[in-house]
Amino acid sequence: MPTIRIDDKDYEVRDGKNLLESCLALGFDLPYFCWHPAMGSVGACRQCAVKVFKDEQDTRGRLVMSCMEPVKEGLRLSIVDPAAKAFREQVIEWLMTNHPHDCPVCDEGGSCHLQDMTVMTGHDYRRYQYRKRTYQNQYLGPFIHHEMNRCIQCYRCVRFYRDIAGGEDLNVYAAHDHIYFGREKEGVLQSPFSGNLAEICPTGVFTDKTLKAHYTRKWDLTNAGSVCPHCSLGCNIFAGERYGEIRCITNRFNSEVNGYFLCDKGRFGYEFVNSENRIRQPLIRGRLVDAVSEDQLLEYLRHLTGNGNIIGIGSPRASVETNFSLMQLVGIDNFYQGVNEDTAFLQKRVTDILESGTLRSNSLRDIESSDAILVLGEDIWNTAPIMALTVRQSVMKTAFSQTVQQISLPSWNDIAVRELTQEARGYLANAGTSGSPLDKLATHHVQAAPDDIARMGYAIAAHLDPSLPPLSKQENELTARTGEIALALSLARKPAIISGISACNEAILKAAYNIAWALKRMGKEVGISYVLPECNSMGLALTKAPSFEKALGRLERNTGTTVIVAEQDIYRCLPEEQAEMFFSKCGKIVVLDVLHNRTTERAHVLIPSASFAEGDGSFVNNEGRIQRFYKVYAPENNNVIEGWKWLERIGGGNERIDQLHTMIEKGLSQFAGISTEAPAAGFRIHGEAVPREPHRYSGRTAMWAHLQVSEPKPHQDNNAPLSFTMEGYKGIPPAAIIPFYWAPGWNSVQALNKYQEIPGGKLTGGNPGVRVLNESAEPRGDFFTDMPEAFSARRGRWLLLPAYHLLGSGEMSMESRGIAELSPEPYLALSMQDAVAMNATTGSTMVVQIMGKAYSLPLKIAETLTDGLAVVPAGLPAMPVLPFGSWVEIVKK
Amino acid sequence: MSQNKADTNASIQQPSSAKPGGTELSVAERALIDHEISLVPYRKAAVIEALKIVQQNRRWVSDESLDAIARYLDMNAAEVDSVATFYNLIFRRPVGRHVMLLCDSVSCYIMGCTELYRSLQQRLGIEFGHTTSDNRFTLLPNCCLGCCDHAPALMIDDDLYRDVKPMELEGILKHYE
Amino acid sequence: MNSQAGMETPLTQYIKGNGASLGLKEYEAIGGYTALKKVLQSMTPAELQQLVMDSKLKGRGGAGFSTGTKWSLVPMGPEAPKRKYLIANADEMEPGTFKDRLLLEGNPHQLIEGMILAAYAIQADISYIFLRWAYRSAAVLLKKCLEEAYAAGYLGQHIAGSDYKLELYLHTGVGRYICGEETALLNALEGKRATPRAKPPFPQISGLFGKPTIVNNVETLSCIPHIVNNGATWFRNLSSSEDSGTKIYGVSGKVRNPGAWELPMGTTIRELLEEHAGGMLPGYQLKGILPGGASTDFLTGDHLDIKMDFAAVAAAGSRLGTGTMIVMDDKTCPVGMVHNLQHFFAQESCGWCTPCREGIPWVEKILWSIEQGAGRKEDLELLDMHTKFLGPGNTFCALAPGAMEPLQSALKYFRPEFEKHIEQKKCPYANHTH
Ligand SMILES: Cc1cc2nc3c(=O)[nH]c(=O)nc-3n(C[C@H](O)[C@H](O)[C@H](O)COP(=O)(O)O)c2cc1C
Ligand code: SF4
Ligand code: FES
Repeated sequence: MPTIRIDDKDYEVRDGKNLLESCLALGFDLPYFCWHPAMGSVGACRQCAVKVFKDEQDTRGRLVMSCMEPVKEGLRLSIVDPAAKAFREQVIEWLMTNHPHDCPVCDEGGSCHLQDMTVMTGHDYRRYQYRKRTYQNQYLGPFIHHEMNRCIQCYRCVRFYRDIAGGEDLNVYAAHDHIYFGREKEGVLQSPFSGNLAEICPTGVFTDKTLKAHYTRKWDLTNAGSVCPHCSLGCNIFAGERYGEIRCITNRFNSEVNGYFLCDKGRFGYEFVNSENRIRQPLIRGRLVDAVSEDQLLEYLRHLTGNGNIIGIGSPRASVETNFSLMQLVGIDNFYQGVNEDTAFLQKRVTDILESGTLRSNSLRDIESSDAILVLGEDIWNTAPIMALTVRQSVMKTAFSQTVQQISLPSWNDIAVRELTQEARGYLANAGTSGSPLDKLATHHVQAAPDDIARMGYAIAAHLDPSLPPLSKQENELTARTGEIALALSLARKPAIISGISACNEAILKAAYNIAWALKRMGKEVGISYVLPECNSMGLALTKAPSFEKALGRLERNTGTTVIVAEQDIYRCLPEEQAEMFFSKCGKIVVLDVLHNRTTERAHVLIPSASFAEGDGSFVNNEGRIQRFYKVYAPENNNVIEGWKWLERIGGGNERIDQLHTMIEKGLSQFAGISTEAPAAGFRIHGEAVPREPHRYSGRTAMWAHLQVSEPKPHQDNNAPLSFTMEGYKGIPPAAIIPFYWAPGWNSVQALNKYQEIPGGKLTGGNPGVRVLNESAEPRGDFFTDMPEAFSARRGRWLLLPAYHLLGSGEMSMESRGIAELSPEPYLALSMQDAVAMNATTGSTMVVQIMGKAYSLPLKIAETLTDGLAVVPAGLPAMPVLPFGSWVEIVKK
Repeated sequence: MSQNKADTNASIQQPSSAKPGGTELSVAERALIDHEISLVPYRKAAVIEALKIVQQNRRWVSDESLDAIARYLDMNAAEVDSVATFYNLIFRRPVGRHVMLLCDSVSCYIMGCTELYRSLQQRLGIEFGHTTSDNRFTLLPNCCLGCCDHAPALMIDDDLYRDVKPMELEGILKHYE
Repeated sequence: MNSQAGMETPLTQYIKGNGASLGLKEYEAIGGYTALKKVLQSMTPAELQQLVMDSKLKGRGGAGFSTGTKWSLVPMGPEAPKRKYLIANADEMEPGTFKDRLLLEGNPHQLIEGMILAAYAIQADISYIFLRWAYRSAAVLLKKCLEEAYAAGYLGQHIAGSDYKLELYLHTGVGRYICGEETALLNALEGKRATPRAKPPFPQISGLFGKPTIVNNVETLSCIPHIVNNGATWFRNLSSSEDSGTKIYGVSGKVRNPGAWELPMGTTIRELLEEHAGGMLPGYQLKGILPGGASTDFLTGDHLDIKMDFAAVAAAGSRLGTGTMIVMDDKTCPVGMVHNLQHFFAQESCGWCTPCREGIPWVEKILWSIEQGAGRKEDLELLDMHTKFLGPGNTFCALAPGAMEPLQSALKYFRPEFEKHIEQKKCPYANHTH
């Protein structure tokens, strides 16, 4: 740890950092724009100037940009030096010469980095007397609003969009003071990570258009830390509320999970919370008046559940707590997973592998720091977007670390590192049934049928481990590739293997395991990731309960069985006839859910569940990390409460989450640690709870005045050490309960620096979340040896596979208008050759025949798809649920 | 699917809608660009050369030409335009039959380029950045042409004129129809 | 163009003038490519580097950095990257500068030979001439000369029968002054926007396409064959000052005989102005000079006996720069002239860093308003502020500091003129507005 001298005081700082990072880590306020902890330094904005001095004798010193200057033992610098201060103030004055003075009407106002830096430098008087330059704005799609006049040309947007996200359709144009940031022509931004522009941009050029639709200043939002409910990665988010509506989602930093970024589904998929389609009232159907009071409901349900002939169906999108409470209510043997047989089977394979402790279950952070990655059979771009972004960073960083070693360049010197690295990339092999934008980045990419991908995986493992039988013969070009892939993995220090269940193929999961285990036996620091479909798929799978289809026999035997479905649409799990058949065998059907869907239509008793935003709970992400989300606001409608609370009420149980956690730990040892994931509800700092509202929250005595003039009593929170007001502890709380970022002088998201040990590093006191799937100290394992047969196309039949769409396949996110707008129309994709053989062209109507039913879909030709595969989008509301992984007949109409 | 929709599955594409004519690069243009590509480590490093080649041929780089270059070099149009708009002498708007570059840097300033400009303005009826209505000339200001010892200087297409006096303009312009 | 009898002018002595240039045969006849053969037969790269170091040659592109030292920073030996580049900077866009044009149009083979030698010294295998777009005739000539050189075996595989191989390409730019800045030039050659790069790492370590690269000015490289042929001592003795060799000086503005001449390094301003440029045109008085192009500080009539070498001009408060001086006469408004310069720099800022992108246009607007008679007293303070804050180190590259040099010195020497504009609310020089 070098010591540097800042304004005549010595400080120990971390080696290998630049002066700006070091000063910020020490808590100094030093303004900056172009530097970003996740993107490094480029020295463009010149905002971060400090003075450095050669030695004791040097009194003049020289100005340097602190972001471009490495830490050196004994270095002397001054932040408060008058010349440095004057220069920093001057940089702001330059930036403000053309900046519109429109803060009152700017969406960024109040959470604006430029505002903060302007105040920080003391610039307050305008000497520039001439006209400001003006630009035309562009339409950039439903998510991002563009207001170019506010641009301060820090280049962060293009650097994020291109260098980090790999997007291509946003760039910088022209030169000198005519620089313009936008698209070549107006149009929807193509990157599914575009939403991060709203946080990356330090001014109001790129802002959240969905927030604009129901705008609220940052200081007027009620917030809580939460977990994204839209995929299995569990990205940490903040949700902000005003007037009973979620207004925006922003990134909540967790260096082991999502880091600084979110995907557009996560950021903009929140509108279901505010949807018209919400269930708001308990119903008992078939009465004179369906709507019932809570007491009527509870009485009815206690009666209904009393006789023991009952089963419960949990859900991969319900919280751990809700699934557990249901399990408790119905009894452990009567609890089933709300996923179909195939999914349950595949997920069990995953949990068996991960629970065996043979391998490390990788966090996203582990993936980022890997130096070779194999993605086997999972379309992570669409099923786990932030994992794809992480893979991209890993591939770039591997290339960077190889090049910076050559000339000992600090890795934060982004501009120089990229120039040195040029087009070199770290190792990535991507094997999938359909192509992926990741292929552009990959050294090897392969498109094949799932069984062939699995065979390839087995063959790679056989290359790595001599104890495995090699493939009998090099049967095709796929197996020929395996040697190269195996070699690349074996040269890595820390390889990462990624797979998942979306290809509906067990052999792929096993092959991925084999490769990882072979690498492990070679002494590699290897880890594995399996992507699952939903936010709590892992949490549900860990219950080890059988799939609900397993209950069919028993429903047939015992007629009149009461079935409680917690937050799952059975019609999304099974093809229509099978779902109908299932329901026909149920007795009374009780459904708890957030939104109306086809299953809630079948319910005799319907109960409104809180969404992630109105409730407390935990999800287990694909890595096996239990993460806590907090109620953002207490809805006016007190029928809208967590699923688990309803179930506890029915069962006469406890409504305190802390007690529930203790019971979960007692009942299900696989969740051990859940009680420690976050501070208990009674936790206080200096006797105070942590406020969900910023201390500048306005209008609370007036905001409900149109309904009632007296200020309502703030809601009490029994389940979190958070208050629903602006009163409480103002400092930095433990990481798990941070409700928003704010620090004196730092109103924008940049305040995050104050919450981290060092900028870009862990949150102070450690990142939240508890891992429940851990590698054992002395791992033992066996290889799988049951390799599948090679795929061969069949005459007149196709293997039906799902295509997941980042925007479109998500059940809840499709309630967001922008996401629905950008989602694809239904289609059926076939290879060029198959299409030609059927005399079909793009747009031809194709008929898929499944169990006597016919589904018509327009044809898309997928040039690189394997012959004999048929791909249809999964999860679109307009698409029927089809039996993925099975062989179907297709004819041209 | 409407064009405005983000298709996140790369492999599922419509067959390319190649249109003949100005929206595609000519065989000759491709051959020249191919040669430039052969000299650099990766395709897109040849983009400035490609822009020059296309502009040489078509006088300016239209959106369609830009798209064609982008496709040929496996780049996004935004990336090509980012480069194209940086440089002074890649024309992203139509230019006249002759491009006239008047040096307005310091030596020419001292030696009277301002008068020359006034004279050109009068004669052609246009200002810097504009094209005459008969499409004959586009008049642009230019940085130092490197003949400061013969200032003021003027370049029309590839021809350099030195020590230009306003009264000589008539005779010079005559050569360009 | 040719110099006085008795004085050695190795770079220009055979240049014919009138636009005619030396072809390969003519160049060989006057000893061309003998230096190349000599080096390939009898010198190691290290020896050639040492020779250039001993010659004390300083870069002629403007900054005057020792060429030998620059080369010595390139990684050499078996561990060094396989690919290395040598680039001739022929972007010459500094206003008032027209010296490289003389060499490019007059004796292209001299540059080519110099480049092959330089490339050999650092063991580069690919080289480029980065030529500005406007030099059309130079482009045609260079193309022809490159063909000749390839045909004669001076380029390509087995150069002059040795194991050394080198490719040399001509790249013509598409406009932008910043392309002359060596790291921006690299980005331009890579097909990118020509914004400068961070230094360190220097191009010698991480240059074109991330590989070790040397960028040298045309005049610098043209000196190399002569140093090889005649030795380091000879080269040092060419000059009449500390800095060795000859220098191509130029004078433009209202003088009788504007032009460029090769003279011993260290020739005085007086000699240049009075003897070579023939003094001021009748009716014009000398008021100031920019000694080395647009981005150098003004000197005045008090500085005529300053030697035009790197140290002496610096001591007088300016820079030798490109050595091509611009003369400001008494009928040219200093405010107008400085406005013209700032207009140039504002337009040519790449737009990467804040002070340059936002500061120079502000300066330009202030100067314009002073020139138009709308200036205010405070404007001078704002100009002073800019000269202070756009100094070296404060901006990403040297463009903006260069832009401030003529401004700060104009404010120093011609401040009363600025004040007069403000007091009289008009330009006292009637006919010079832009
Ligand atoms: C804005 C700017 C423009 C420049 N333009 C040129 C130029 O046109 N020609 C040139 O040789 N050097 C130019 N230079 C200097 C180069 O960066 C570099 O120092 C030079 O080419 C090195 O060659 P030398 O060592 O032989 O002098 C410029 C520098 C700056 C900052
Ligand atoms: S000083 Fe800054 S903006 Fe100006 S040319 Fe250099 S890098 Fe570009
Ligand atoms: S933050 Fe250091 S120059 Fe921009």
